[in-house]
Amino acid sequence: MSADENSTHPFIPNTSSERAEMMSTIGVDVFDSLITDIPDQHRNPPLRLPDAASELEVATRMQALAALNHDAGSRPSFLGAGAYRHFIPSTVGAILQRGEFVTSYTPYQPEAAQGVLQSGFEFQSAVAQIFDMEVANAGMYDGPTAFAEAGLMAARVSRRNRILILDTVDQRLLEVADAYTRHQQVEIEVVSQQRALSGDIPDDAACIAFQSPNFMGQIEDVQALTDTAHAAGALSVMHTYPIALGMFKPPGAYGVDIATAEGQPLGVPLTFGGAYVGLFTSKQRFIRQLPGRIIGRTTDTKGRTGYTLTLQTREQHIRRERATSNICTSTQLIGLMVSVYCATMGPRGLREVAELSYHKAHYLADAIDTLPNWRVANDGSSAVFFNEFPVVCPIPSNEVNRRLAEVGIIGGLPVVLPSDAGGNGGGPPNGMLFCVTEMNSRQDIDRLVGALADVGSEVSA
Amino acid sequence: MNASVAPNTSVADMPDRSLLMDRSISGRRAVALPASDVPLAEMPDAAVLREDGDLQLPEVSQLDVIRYFTLLSRLNFSIDTNFYPLGSCTMKYNPKLNDQMASLGGFANIHPLQDDDSVQGALELMYELQRWLGEATGLPGVGLAPLAGAQGEYAGLLIARAALDARGEGDRKVALIPDSAHGTNPASAAMAGLDVVVVKTDEHGNVDVEDLRQKADENTCVFMLTIPSTLGLFEPNIVEINQIVHDAGGVVYADGANLNALLGLVKLGDVGVDICHSNLHKTFSTPHGGGGPGAGPVMVTEELASFLPEPIVAKNENGYRLSRPDDSIGKINGFHGSFSILVRAYTYMQALGGDGLRAVSENAVINANYIQALLRDRYDLAVDRICMHETVLSGKRQADRGVPALNIAKRLLDYGIHAPTMYFPLIVPEALMVEPTETESKETLDRFVAVMRAIDDEIDDDPETVLHAPHTLPNTRLDEATAARRPVLRWQSSS
Repeated sequence: MSADENSTHPFIPNTSSERAEMMSTIGVDVFDSLITDIPDQHRNPPLRLPDAASELEVATRMQALAALNHDAGSRPSFLGAGAYRHFIPSTVGAILQRGEFVTSYTPYQPEAAQGVLQSGFEFQSAVAQIFDMEVANAGMYDGPTAFAEAGLMAARVSRRNRILILDTVDQRLLEVADAYTRHQQVEIEVVSQQRALSGDIPDDAACIAFQSPNFMGQIEDVQALTDTAHAAGALSVMHTYPIALGMFKPPGAYGVDIATAEGQPLGVPLTFGGAYVGLFTSKQRFIRQLPGRIIGRTTDTKGRTGYTLTLQTREQHIRRERATSNICTSTQLIGLMVSVYCATMGPRGLREVAELSYHKAHYLADAIDTLPNWRVANDGSSAVFFNEFPVVCPIPSNEVNRRLAEVGIIGGLPVVLPSDAGGNGGGPPNGMLFCVTEMNSRQDIDRLVGALADVGSEVSA
Repeated sequence: MNASVAPNTSVADMPDRSLLMDRSISGRRAVALPASDVPLAEMPDAAVLREDGDLQLPEVSQLDVIRYFTLLSRLNFSIDTNFYPLGSCTMKYNPKLNDQMASLGGFANIHPLQDDDSVQGALELMYELQRWLGEATGLPGVGLAPLAGAQGEYAGLLIARAALDARGEGDRKVALIPDSAHGTNPASAAMAGLDVVVVKTDEHGNVDVEDLRQKADENTCVFMLTIPSTLGLFEPNIVEINQIVHDAGGVVYADGANLNALLGLVKLGDVGVDICHSNLHKTFSTPHGGGGPGAGPVMVTEELASFLPEPIVAKNENGYRLSRPDDSIGKINGFHGSFSILVRAYTYMQALGGDGLRAVSENAVINANYIQALLRDRYDLAVDRICMHETVLSGKRQADRGVPALNIAKRLLDYGIHAPTMYFPLIVPEALMVEPTETESKETLDRFVAVMRAIDDEIDDDPETVLHAPHTLPNTRLDEATAARRPVLRWQSSS
């Protein structure tokens, strides 16, 4: 970069002569006089980092790194399991270009943040509507942390300390719930569906928490789980996939008490797993126990409608160690993407995306089931699935994915199947969880089926 | 250049702000989807299906969507439009290249569960960022998973607890926290099952060393030190303080909220810190987004690296791999962290380089001290000494004349300047915490100083105007009490 002494870095405007003038106003001659509180021997350590690079150089390096990745936007992908490739309408990216949203601060000064607040109110409205739940908060970090905090909230609401979680949930949900409850006065107990529905629920159960569609894509018996929970004086906590709610009955219609989801499928690109937004909804009567930020409607001194953060006495900046969560910076901007997505898709769009995903997934499942040496994993139940389903592979599933990568397809997720569903009971996993969305054309699906057929026929040969 | 000191006088005209549902016309749509190209499958039993017409989302045109959200964006302050002297929050310029790089298809369209071999570019980026954050803090074990500063804190506390547990001292359950700390510190400590014991601040704004010495004992799990403190001060006794904690068998956790003051000036690992986090949306220029997403990587000593949250990126002869450290505290979120934010931070660090990052901190410190020097005759200082990247003013003199800090902050909005952080830290009466950041020019600082002096004049000449500010924004003061007492949290058909 330029050696001109008075030239500045593009992000740091003050020239060396301005700095000298400012230091003279402060009353020091050299910068070091401003940092004498830093112990001598530790001051000004060497920083072994590369030299500054120009915008052109940085962009070139970053484009080279990006090009090393297999971009699921430029080849067929059948990977889901908690992060989903759905269509993102152009409006989302267009609004996301607005620096007024991108570079604004948390709306602690409501008069100067009505845009963030009103769009957050739209987010809460849309999420509550999709879930058919009475209230939604302004968002959590991601789906798994929302699920974990739902368990903790159920414990606060019920004043009980055992969180029952169905064993059909995504392992990630369990792991995060473990990390969030490790030092709390609560116990996580993983239970089978059979056990949960048997009514054998301990007295200290705060909730029955489950995922529907579950990790394997199946719709759980939400009504039975919710009724069982309520009969035991516990809450019903449901983690869901918001696109599925475009066609499947929403949690509120079953009487679920707290419902959460990963919000990423609603207009947010995959971006290697983050940043996403957790959706968090509950019944109205629990609002003072909600974690995270909440936006409410009110009026100003002239009687005009406006929006503000509300119920802040739950939050860490006021209640400190007695707060309902430690969340400060959350995921407002990702929530904005969800708001724009919902506004753009509307009720019809969301239903169409759900139904396209459903039909295409069933088309793939039917095709795989007819292939020699391949079958859809089935534990004998007649459960309905949405857009994900497990299959039994004729060779280790990792091997299948390697073969698919060779023909430019991103395969499903290798999973271990229970033995009654076709699992091989040890060794490298032979299950694969496929996901299909509206992004997968019939042509892509047929290509995948052709590639799987090739793998299957080699096994017979 | 003589920037105008005058406030805005025109009242923002009140556009139609009705909610989307109130603009909805049945049958309108903003996007069309393709018809199914596969045969339709049999639909499941109606008992599991959503009833027709049950889903109420807005039905609006595409132009409606764009015009509505564009309107909302204009009801907002932002860094792209306004100066935000917001202490501790570090509202600096967010370089546009960062956003552009994060939207590259090779980053935006990769699935978190793809095979490692198919995401080598993403993993190399994360590996390099781990190394660079380790170098910047002198704490070489780096975990990028935490999704925000508070999650980084929580991860740090889980690490401290796990490390103590591993040496048979799991019953240490006290978090020592200075009275000037951010609210997230005690909230995170409570989540980690720790009891909070507050350590006092002395009259110079430093940690009261004697108080700490008395409270650090066999029950101490961790000491949580914000450095520089929320008073904008570097703790001169930091080495001694950390020694006291270590001698008691505890772990030193540094809240890195203010790391932007330290780059190249001191490394936390060098002065005895064991664990820290960094808010990438502060120090490393990623946008605040109206309240996130952020990222809060956690940095630890070599000895504690095996406890980091899953995953970290390791390198072996086959390339870069996501891996789980041996004694990991486990997963604290769904996938690998706020990757889109990590891309931005890495882009920024390349643009600055080592010398540039040092220049960030130097200029942040000069800018803050410049404001302090020019306002100290009108506003009291919380502590009268050279500050680091922010200065904490006290509006005591103004409050005595009938105008509390809140109203000064609100009046600034009429001048197009965002309010400083106010009433924080809690130990300073009428606190106004001012952090200009290094990306603001001397001219912007001069105008801020002039405006603060003008408001101080207004308190004598026209106090009513200050007391009822803001006057020129989309809303005047909002009734927050009613909002909390009778919460309306979503659109309702009667509205």
